[in-house]
Order: sequence, then structure tokens, then C-alpha cells
Amino acid sequence: MLDRRSILKTALAAGAMSVWDAPVRFAFASVPTDRRFVVVILRGALDGLAAAPPYGDPDYKSVRGALALDTTGTNALHDLDGHFGLHPALTNMKAMWDAKELVVFQNISSPYRDRSHFDGQNVLETGGTGPHVLGDGWLNRALKPMGLANGDGALAIAASPPLMLSGSGKVSSWMPSVMPQPDAAFLQRVRALYAGDPILGASLDRAIDTEAKADAAMDDKPKTPEQMAQRVGSYGDLTPLFTGAGKLLARDDGPRIAVLDASGWDTHVNEGAGDGQLARRLRALDAGLDAMKTALGPAWKKTAVVMATEFGRTAAPNGNGGTDHGTAGAAFLLGGAVQGGTVRAEWVGLKPSALKDGRDQPPQTDMRVLFKSVLADHMGVSRRDLDGTVFPDSGGVAPAGALFAA
Amino acid sequence: MSLEGAIAAHRFGLGARPGEIEAAAAAPRAWLLRQLDSPADQPQPLDGGAPFQPGGVLVSALIQYRKDREAEKAQASAAMPAPDPVKLFFKTFVAAYTREMAARFALGFTSEKPFAERLVWFWSNHFTVSALNPAAITFVGAFEREAIRPNIAGSFEDMLLAVTRHPAMQLYLDNAQSIGPDSLAGKFTGKGINENLGRELMELHTLGVDGGYTQADVIALAKILTGWSIDRDGGPATGFRYYPARHEPGDIVLRGKTYNGGEDAGIAALKDLAHDPATARHIAMKFAVQFIADDPPPASVARLEKNFLQSGGDLRALAETAVNDPAAWKPGRGKMRSPVEYTAAAMRLLGWPRGGDEDKQVKGVMAATRMMGEFPLAAPSPKGWPDNSDAWSGPDALLNRIQWAKELGNRLPQSFDAVAIADAGLGPLLQADTRAAMKSSASPGDAMALLVASPEFQRR
Repeated sequence: MLDRRSILKTALAAGAMSVWDAPVRFAFASVPTDRRFVVVILRGALDGLAAAPPYGDPDYKSVRGALALDTTGTNALHDLDGHFGLHPALTNMKAMWDAKELVVFQNISSPYRDRSHFDGQNVLETGGTGPHVLGDGWLNRALKPMGLANGDGALAIAASPPLMLSGSGKVSSWMPSVMPQPDAAFLQRVRALYAGDPILGASLDRAIDTEAKADAAMDDKPKTPEQMAQRVGSYGDLTPLFTGAGKLLARDDGPRIAVLDASGWDTHVNEGAGDGQLARRLRALDAGLDAMKTALGPAWKKTAVVMATEFGRTAAPNGNGGTDHGTAGAAFLLGGAVQGGTVRAEWVGLKPSALKDGRDQPPQTDMRVLFKSVLADHMGVSRRDLDGTVFPDSGGVAPAGALFAA
Repeated sequence: MSLEGAIAAHRFGLGARPGEIEAAAAAPRAWLLRQLDSPADQPQPLDGGAPFQPGGVLVSALIQYRKDREAEKAQASAAMPAPDPVKLFFKTFVAAYTREMAARFALGFTSEKPFAERLVWFWSNHFTVSALNPAAITFVGAFEREAIRPNIAGSFEDMLLAVTRHPAMQLYLDNAQSIGPDSLAGKFTGKGINENLGRELMELHTLGVDGGYTQADVIALAKILTGWSIDRDGGPATGFRYYPARHEPGDIVLRGKTYNGGEDAGIAALKDLAHDPATARHIAMKFAVQFIADDPPPASVARLEKNFLQSGGDLRALAETAVNDPAAWKPGRGKMRSPVEYTAAAMRLLGWPRGGDEDKQVKGVMAATRMMGEFPLAAPSPKGWPDNSDAWSGPDALLNRIQWAKELGNRLPQSFDAVAIADAGLGPLLQADTRAAMKSSASPGDAMALLVASPEFQRR
């Protein structure tokens, strides 16, 4: 629990006019829902056939070649349903599967059909039918119908919000920092200078508000440089970000929506199978998810996490033991609120005739089905809002159903 | 004081050093363009030690390093384990990168040709190679020295060729390992092409994503560029080598035109891409966004595009077109500075160096800049660092900047005239309320922190 009075007392005792007294932002408003929704954007195009291998497919071994995962031994994949599995590095996700808290989607993709990372991410984040059709993010457009557009409701774990969460709805951003704590009196004076600035004033208000909540949420407030470094983590370590997100989301007055970025999936060279480059990255992601679950505590039961990537990769390895840009791939829905333990795949096999352009996983399910399912059945957004403003003109794309307990 | 002098120093340069606005004031456009008359400066080692090494020497060094590690591994036993290769890599190649970036930061603080330096930063980011890629980190410093700096006022075609051949790009976008499947090496090893460079070269470096190419063209360009690689024998100084045995033989059709002829096919394809109208459009837009506005006037973009096409990609002429564009001199709120631009502007404002431990100061700025979300030659993707105000003004990003401004102020001496520095450094760009707030500050350090945090200093 945040003790706002103690912050006030400290600030006033220091002889400074407290920034909390300013007409900047005052109360931490109560939020209209206790449901949590987290999106993890896997930038760089995750290899879906590595993350959720269709090892029961008769062509799996021949198509994947050196990238095929073992079904026995030290680096054996985790079996899910006798046909699909999970990459051996995803042990915590396997535990979620066993607890019926994980749904795996295969052959899923956004409406984007070309192979540019940046256009692909644009479509994934805007929710448009093509790149640059829409200028703001679908999750931002969903804030209003969720009643979360006042700035307290949504948080990007980033220096600046990514496109998915950018738009007219107010959001905040936060990252674990090693910078010294802001001095309230100084911030107040800077805030006064920002009064006439169209961007900076509002942005600083959000920052001050979120930082206060984060300070209160972090019980392990770093004191020494070593502790500070630990809080930020080493390069590639996702747990500080996921832990921070979990702790903020867990608060009664915390955000209900969070977006995290996890990049490093563009495995053109030496991708590796059960061990290697991709395995290390998946292990970091898996550890991050577990850290977030721990930090959420009881709020995990109210939480749905979506992990999505801009597109998949080629089914077969390229000339360098890696994979090139493809079309469809895998996505994941997990969390205590999810009714899981299933794989959703319109599986058509891995024969060249089944693959898109003879090379990519075919796009059988629209990514918006997954996004809409969470927004409709977990966050209570109406079909009218979903088909009209959140994903404009998408009436033909219906939520999947049966992903959450009725 | 001259408004145009101040705009020249801030919008086209890196922020004014003491006296800079006066120097620019008489003829701001000429002051900017004069900076392109001589080659761009090269960063110099701050420790006065060995000069930074050419890309070709670094290729040899890296190959030798790998051989040494393999030999150690072969000789290792349980009693005498081989040294940790990761630690050794950090001690040598990562440390060399950091040393060179320190020099690059310091050059930004002190450069007397700040417009030329801005152009270097712009083109380095356009042709992103990133130290986040362990294969490329050894070469990214050499890349900027060898492929970017000599070409900022030359031709786009020359820069494109230098960039594409450089070991940093060959390794960063995986072309060094791309092999034509029907080449001798392809038939012998069963290995094939890697599409990465072929795609990004058209999408990011030349035509732009809507510039008119298909997946078949991506594969075609990748095939055309097979054989282009790093020199595995560590031969000539460039570090580049063309291997005919890896080159895909036969006719290759790229965007309707047939290329055939080994290395020359690649050179011809790059030249065609460099002079394509779509490339002119793509470069004009990026240039206008960098120097004019997030959402630049279409007429400005059109002028740059026309100039690029007519001049055959003359980059000095392109810079001149931007400098002579009235829209670039519009007073009022400019774009947010990126973190690298922001910290450099603050150090220039203070007239760095002013004594103390310079090495420590530069390292402190480097760490703070990274914290704010940007680091030179280390972008998270081949698209490079973003160039729009929204990317750098998010709540957490902004708070980091303000915290740094305060820390910077805390480290300044107890007595100096902060308002005089503000007047000299910003001229007419300094806002009345900022000046008043500085005057009522408890210490000059606090006043300076307010100035660095102020909206006019966040922007350029």
C-alpha cells in the first residue's frame, strides 16, 4: 500500500514545497476494473516453429532439419498435446500449461502479408489492415471503452510508450532507473516552465505520478550502486522489467494495462535448436514471465498476458543455420484469468503446398481474434467498440470465445 | 543577438558553444555550409594512446582472436581450463568500442564544425550498424570513420558502396555468410543465401518500404550480393573481399533489369538503386524530418527530392537545399533533441572541457545518455534510432533528462554567472520565464539545471 501521507511528510520535512501539493496531479484515482491485461511485444519476428514446435507433424523433422528439437534427452521439448510442444527453455510456461493457464496459438498473424519488420510491427501495433493505415495504437483506442484513459490506467514499461499504447488516451511510462530520486521542489519549478508546452507538461505529470507509485511498490528500494545495478539488470535480462510491471500492476491503485517490449528474435544466423542463441532468449523471456507472476501475487488470478510478434519466420532453415522473415507464427495467451491448456491451430501441415509461398507458416488465424478475445471476454469491451473504433471495420473478425471462464 | 545565428547553432548544429551564435550571426547559412568545405573531423583517442584501427586491421585481429581461442580450447584441460572467451572479448573488442565512443562523444562536445558532425550522426543512423550485434561491435567505430565521415558531402552512391562493402555492414546484416546456392561454394557446402542485407538495403537504405520491390527482388538482390564478404585472410586495409566461388552464377533479374557479372553486378545494382526516384523520395523525407520538422511541409520535401534526383545524389547539394529552405528557419518550438543531441548540447553550453577529470566526465555523460534511451552506433534494429519528438518525450524518458540536468547542476562550481551563459548559449531562443526562474534560483548550479531542463533546451 502506498502511504501518500508519509511521502508528503518527508517532502515537507525536507523544507521543500512538495510537488504533491501542486495542482499537477493529486489523488491516485480509483480504477474501474480489477482485471489486468499485459501485452508483451516480441520484436524481431519470433520463430513460431521453434517456440511451439509441431513435433507430431510427419514433415516436422525433414522441414526443420538441424533446427528440429529433440523429443528425448537433456534438451527435450515439452510435450503439450502429443502434436505440439513447447521449446525446452520454456519451463515456467510449461508449468502454466499444466495449471491450465496457457493457450498456444499457431499459424496466427496480423493482416500484414509482406516481410518488413517495421511495417509488420506497425500493423501489429496500430491494429490496421496495412502499414500506416492508422496513426495510433489499438490498445490506446481500447482505453476509453475500458474506462482507463485518464493516465492512471495504462503503463508502458519503456522510456516512451510504444505505438501500440500511443494515441489520444493518456498513458504513462516507467523503467527501473539508477538515476537519483527527483527532487520535488526542483521538479515543481521545471513543471512551471513546461506549462505552455504541448507535450512536456502532460508527460512530466504522468512521470511524477508513476514514479511515486513505483517507489511505493518496490519493497527492495536500491540503496547501494550494486543494488541499483541489480534493479536495472544486465543486458538481455528481462526480469527487472517484468518484476517492475508485476509490482505496479499488483497495486490497488496501479495500472490495469501494461505493455512490455522484448526484442532479440531476429535469428537469421545460428538460431540453434534446444540450446543456443534462441534458446537463451526464450529462457530469459520464460524467467521474466515467472518473475511477473510472482510479483503480481494474488492479482495473477485476474491477469491475462498476450505475447505476440510481427510475423513468423521461414519453416526451413536458411543458408546460415537461421531462418528468414516469414508470415504466420505463434502467439501465447497466459495468466491466472485464462482458461487454458489448449492449442488453437488450424493446422494444415508443413508440406511446401501448405506453406505460404512454399516457405512460410500460413496465416490461418487473424491476430485480431486473439486481441479482441481478451478485450471482449476479459476486459469487457463491447463488440460495437471493438469492431468500430478499436479495430475499425473489423466486423468480420470475431473473438475466439472460451478462452476465459464464463 | 541574431535569431538566425541561434537557429543555425541549435537546429542545424549541436547546440551553441560559447561565442558560437556570434560567429554564425553575420551569415548563418554560409557559416553552416563552410563546415562542409573540408573533410569531416575524425574522433581522436582521449587518452592520447594508439590511434583507432582501420576496419581491415580489425578483421585480421578478430580472426586471430578466434584462432587463439580455439587453440586455447584445444590445449585446455580440467587442471588448466582455457580463459573465458567472453571476458577476453570484452577486454579487447568491447573496450575498444567504448574507447572510440568516448572520443565520438567528446568530438560532439567540442566540434567547431557542428553541422558536419550532425550530418555524420544522421548518415550513421540512416545506415545503421549496431554494437548490440556481437559480430558487428568490433567494426562499428571504423564504419563511421571509413564509410560515413569521408562521404557526408560527397555522393550518395559512393556512401552506399562504402557502407555496403564495410565489414560492419557485411557482418551486421549477415551478408558475409550469404552463399549463392548454385555457386561452387554453395554446391560444395549445401549452404544458401541470407536475405537480410538484400531486404534492408532496399527498404531502409535506398528505395524505402513503398519504393517498389517484391520478395522476389529481395531474393534477387541477396543473390547479386553473394560473394561480398569480409576478407577471411585479413588482407587489404578495407577488410572487404569478393569471393567469386560464393557468387550465384547466371542472370539475376532485379526489379525488371537483368544483372550478370560477378562483383560488378552488385556494384551496378547498388548504383541503380542509389539513383532511383524512390530513393530520392525516401532520403528527402528523412532529411526533412531531421532538419525541418517531424511533419515537414510537402514543398520542402519536394525541393529536397528534386535536388537529390537532379544532382545525382550530391549530398553537399542536399545539405545546401535544406539550409536554404525557409521552413527550416521558422522560429518557435522545434523538435525534441534525441538523448545524444541533448547531452552534447549541454556540454557545449558549458564550454566543455573546463577542468577536472575529463575522462570521468565523458564516461558519466555516456552512461546518462544510455539511460535516457539512446547510444551511438547501438540502435536496437537496422531501422536505427527514431527521429520524432514523441520517441524522446515519454514520461520516463523526460524524467531521466530532468534528473540528469539536476545532477549536472549539482556538479558545477559554486560561483559563476549562469544567466550570462544562458544568454550566450541560447540568445533569442531563451524564454523570459526560464530566464526569470534562473535569476531566482538559490545557486548558479540550480539555475543551470533549470536551463538544461527547460522546454527550449529540450528542443532544437
